[in-house]
Amino acid sequence: MVPTAYYLILAAMLFSIGIAAFLIKRNVITIFISIELMLNAVNLTFVAFAHMWHQVSGQIFVFFVMVVAAAEAAVGLAIVLSIFRTRQTLNVDEIDLMKS
Amino acid sequence: MQLALFIVFGALALGGALNLLLQRHPIHSALSLVVVMMSLAVLYWSLGAEFLAAAQVIVYSGAIMVLFVFVIMLLNAGKEEHTQGSRAAYTVGFPGAAAIFCLLSFVFLSERDAMKASDIGGDLSSAVDNIAQLSAMLFTRQLLPFEVTSVLILVAILGAVVLARREQ
Repeated sequence: MVPTAYYLILAAMLFSIGIAAFLIKRNVITIFISIELMLNAVNLTFVAFAHMWHQVSGQIFVFFVMVVAAAEAAVGLAIVLSIFRTRQTLNVDEIDLMKS
Repeated sequence: MQLALFIVFGALALGGALNLLLQRHPIHSALSLVVVMMSLAVLYWSLGAEFLAAAQVIVYSGAIMVLFVFVIMLLNAGKEEHTQGSRAAYTVGFPGAAAIFCLLSFVFLSERDAMKASDIGGDLSSAVDNIAQLSAMLFTRQLLPFEVTSVLILVAILGAVVLARREQ
């Protein structure tokens, strides 16, 4: 029997690594990948709490998060595609049309 | 048994996430995310969420990551280069992430006793099929959100087609 806190600590580690990757990476696609990592870390906390409280609601929540993540990935990658088509770059430092 | 699964696949997930952070090429980051998702699927299974474990493998590592890998190959994304912004991100990113990790783990560890005591006694048990419970909940009490997500998926498909279409 593993304590729920272990799962929560693992999820916190994955979430912090996702935040670090989100802030450090300069490639649009890699930033998007780190968002997916953060979503997965939060899903792990939901499943751990559902296990702890013997409730199925947490798993329902994870199901909806998965659906929204799939929709988000489809739209986001289409946006990345159109950004690349107009600016010929994936570096976020060069995508600064709204900055100045 | 559960502890062994947790240690092995938790370490695998952590290693995959660190590899995602350290690799410079997007395709390597994407493939390490597949490792993270597969080990998380095993953890879901060990937590009694069999349906979510299968959905994790099929939807996340099967569909979403294939989409990512396709886009990376389509755009021919190369190694990322160091810029002025990346140096600032290094000085802010690591301390910020470490601070958030410390905050989260402090909250989780300080509330550990409270979490252990509060067993509100739901209906999830290993004797009943996980998928049966999940679908009964999904198609009775959560029916409206379930239908709304199908509309969301439809709108997302339309949006993706419109955004990715080549201008005439």
